[in-house]
Amino acid sequence: MLRASLREVSGASPPGEPPRRGEGAPRSGVAAAAGRARKVSAALKEGHVTPTELCQRCLSLIKSTKFLNAYITVAEETALKQAEESEKRYRRGQPLSVLDGIPIAVKDNFNTAGIETTCASNMLKGYISPYNATVVQKLLDQGAVLLGKTNLDEFAMGSGSTDGVFGPVRNPWSYSRQYKEKSVPKSHSEDGESNWVITGGSSGGSAAAVSSFTCFAALGSDTGGSTRNPAAHCGVVGLKPTYGLISRHGLIPLVNSMDVPGILTRCVDDAAVVLGSLAGHDPKDSTTVQDNFKPFELPNLTDVSKLSIGIPKEYHAPGLSSEILALWSKAADLFKNAGAKVIEVSLPHTRYSIVCYHVLCAAEVASNMARFDGLEYGHRSDMNKSTESMYAATRREGFNDVVRGRILSGNYFLLKQNYENYFIKAQKVRRLIANDFVKVFGSGVDILLTPTTLSDAVPYMEFIKEDNRTRSAQDDILTQAANMAGLPAINVPTGLSERGLPLGLQFIGQSFQEKQLLTVAKWFEKQVKFPVIQLEVKRHDHGAFQHQKSASFS
Amino acid sequence: MAAAARGCGGVWRRAWQRGAGGPAPAPRGQRAVACNARGGAVPEGKSGLAPWVPVVGLEIHAQISSNSKLFSGSQVQFAAPPNSLVSFFDASLPGTLPAGYQITQQRVPIAVNGSLSYSLCIDNKMSQMVTKTVRIKQIQLEQDSGKSLHDDTRSQTLVDLNRAGVGLMEVVMEPDMCCGEEAAAAVRELQLILQTLGSSQAVMAEGQLRVDANVSVHHPGEPYGVRTEVKNINSIRFLAKAVDYEIQRQIEELENGGTILNETRAFDSKLGCTVPMRDKEGKQDYRFMPEPNLPPLILYDAKSLPANLNHQQVVNIDWIHERLPDLPSVKRAKLVEQYGILPEHSFTLLNEDGLTEFFENVVKQTQMKPKKVIGWILKDLLSYLKQHSLTVKESPVSSFLLADLLNLLEKKEISSTAAKQVLAELWKGEEKTPLEIVKEKKLELIQDQKELEQICQAVIDGQENEVMAIKAGNRKVLNKLIGLVQRETQGRSNPVLVKQLLEKKLSQ
Repeated sequence: MLRASLREVSGASPPGEPPRRGEGAPRSGVAAAAGRARKVSAALKEGHVTPTELCQRCLSLIKSTKFLNAYITVAEETALKQAEESEKRYRRGQPLSVLDGIPIAVKDNFNTAGIETTCASNMLKGYISPYNATVVQKLLDQGAVLLGKTNLDEFAMGSGSTDGVFGPVRNPWSYSRQYKEKSVPKSHSEDGESNWVITGGSSGGSAAAVSSFTCFAALGSDTGGSTRNPAAHCGVVGLKPTYGLISRHGLIPLVNSMDVPGILTRCVDDAAVVLGSLAGHDPKDSTTVQDNFKPFELPNLTDVSKLSIGIPKEYHAPGLSSEILALWSKAADLFKNAGAKVIEVSLPHTRYSIVCYHVLCAAEVASNMARFDGLEYGHRSDMNKSTESMYAATRREGFNDVVRGRILSGNYFLLKQNYENYFIKAQKVRRLIANDFVKVFGSGVDILLTPTTLSDAVPYMEFIKEDNRTRSAQDDILTQAANMAGLPAINVPTGLSERGLPLGLQFIGQSFQEKQLLTVAKWFEKQVKFPVIQLEVKRHDHGAFQHQKSASFS
Repeated sequence: MAAAARGCGGVWRRAWQRGAGGPAPAPRGQRAVACNARGGAVPEGKSGLAPWVPVVGLEIHAQISSNSKLFSGSQVQFAAPPNSLVSFFDASLPGTLPAGYQITQQRVPIAVNGSLSYSLCIDNKMSQMVTKTVRIKQIQLEQDSGKSLHDDTRSQTLVDLNRAGVGLMEVVMEPDMCCGEEAAAAVRELQLILQTLGSSQAVMAEGQLRVDANVSVHHPGEPYGVRTEVKNINSIRFLAKAVDYEIQRQIEELENGGTILNETRAFDSKLGCTVPMRDKEGKQDYRFMPEPNLPPLILYDAKSLPANLNHQQVVNIDWIHERLPDLPSVKRAKLVEQYGILPEHSFTLLNEDGLTEFFENVVKQTQMKPKKVIGWILKDLLSYLKQHSLTVKESPVSSFLLADLLNLLEKKEISSTAAKQVLAELWKGEEKTPLEIVKEKKLELIQDQKELEQICQAVIDGQENEVMAIKAGNRKVLNKLIGLVQRETQGRSNPVLVKQLLEKKLSQ
């Protein structure tokens, strides 16, 4: 809404006057504004809107969409202070970057100095980090306004954003006109309340925050698909960059060899801007590459005839919904019709990816979680019989079943007698999976096109019928291999399902070829014209509001 | 010490066991174990039937001498206030990489298949030295753990993370030794090597060198016995004691029909015995896995070094090798060759920190032969320092002053008796030069031959019986006369000259 309605925003809440609480985007004039919409950044520069107005606007939206449970912590005070600082810079005509004054949100597994970092776990409830994650620091250094910390599955272990100690995140599309019109209410009494669908996960809070217009960009993390999966379900762009391009320092690790900070935005161009501000070597993360990263602007591709798009047949996985399959074919045809070479390729080891991931992830979790012993920080049990019993009780009280289960199985895989059979084998399989990609890209394929998820988002009540492990195995199946291979991948919102929910497709690129990947994604985004969410908020708010136009800042 | 392996030093981390605990847990719990102090290792059972073969292997943790910890910028400092040297990383705050577990190169050590030669003397005689060799299985980098102190009565554990993350090198020695003395000599040699290289200060009392001894006994021709691991040994002397005690204990246990448990024992230096450590967890499986946060460290040599790499940013073993100082064994050989001193003297020189340099400085500044200088260094200087528990660096007599003194002696300006007197004055550290003391105390040799002749004559005149005896052929009595002259001159006469004068007068 912000790109479209900036003028209206400033009209509705002139400087100095508090924004009207829960009002949402004004309806009038939005459509008209859409055509001549300016980029938010440009609007800030030209003074059509001030960072403070923008920030207040977002804060008020966060309040009115509180029921989504997208945020764990809203840092209202510091955000307003940051906005004020930004405003001074704009007044001096010296904004720090395109991101100056742009409201953003950060998944609550990134450390933020002075703002609680919980990982949606009892273990870290109330924990305030003394330092900023490198990515957070970089955003702040460029003037971005940090609104708050977004909800997730506990320690990012999950695919629904349903398994955190702060409760599940609700998909904004549950409250869209599109969904309501198409879903048949089961009974009048339910009134849609039990029909709300999940966001996907584990970065569901960030996806919901971007999707519901409460911020312009959000950081997620992506270990097996945790950025792309909720992006697909919430109809936003979700970029998982190449492993080693962005620092993980300050991102509370899940699987060190696969974790990457993810970027969630409303358009591909914005993702490119955020990427440009985050990428680069960090002495505090030895796995970041030393090569200089040059931020880029995405060209408007007109000719795709030189492109070779690979369609990996293994992604036609069991359980893939017919509408996603249809969408995927349509997308392939779109490229073909535009002159690109579209070829079927094979990544034969893909089907072993999930089980392999399960072993590697559990093993790393077992090791990573060792630090949470109640000694230095975080939850500490009152149990004081012995140090060992204090450790045990602390960890039992601090972690949920999912985390504890992964720790236990990880320790089992790492036992001397099991190490060869599980961990070493899984590493070998991982190598085979990575080599599949090397071969395909080596054969001349530029980009792979796949679905991001098997289906659209399912209602929460249905989702929780299966346990976390089963769900993760199902939901990560199309996204996971890119993490195994460290490749960049992006979800581009593509269309709506029969139920009126977002469907996304995934592009997987070659290592460190983000520019090519994003350029193709941008071309595709332009072709598919993904509809804007028409968010209708009733009962939870003082009045209904509606967003008619997505907005970008770049 | 030779390192055979070159290549990648990958790192591994444990899935658990972080922070507190680690290589040197404190002993706790029962200590009331009956034990007798026993003598040295005599690997023979009291039955005297079948001899026992003791086998000793060592695991040594040496703290790497560095300004900062292995992966964090925190300072390394002994006896700093608890938890004053702890960075975010050392406290393994969430999101700091890679932290929260101990990191080791255990499965890809930095060097394997080496050896260490060391010497020890037979039957405690310095003149009978033998050289032995122990194989070194591997050397690996590790992170030190934090320290925990348990207060059982109040059921509290206090944790100090100052040590957590400090770089250690673990040296694993094969079980090639057979007694405490050998173990002690090997560790002493390793300690000297580390100190020479500057890679560790290796002060055992400060925990910079920690030794765990694996001890077992068996009959010849039979497989090795069950071994115990003895920890908490904080001096080389205690190492020898602990190993010998443990060997004897095992032999007695077995001869009395008992069995040896594969257990960890602690050396109690007060009681002079080893006691079992409370080890609730039993056998540890550390659940190692490769550390993904640390790229492999690649060691190059001149041949493998790629041309396009910045030479400042890579480790080139050959380059380092060229710049290594002489190792102790080479240094000793050079000392023997260059100064003509005895091999055992070279050991003593190297064994005392700074003594070689002191000796060489004296030699440089004096005309006295090194062979003679060494006597003054070892007999006079060293024994004085030992008596007063001083290090060479703390010596009140500098190499310059000692050289000054020895020069007076060498130029025959004073006698050696007088020289000892001067030295005794010098120890007082009153900033007087030897010459000043000589003058003050009138210790110069009597240069006036006539004066000396008169004194000699006076002695002869006063000792009729002795003169008769000498003249009768009992030459030994001459020494008494020389002594009397010395007494008369208060040591200010040159005994050689006095002897000549006396002989001349007596033959007249």
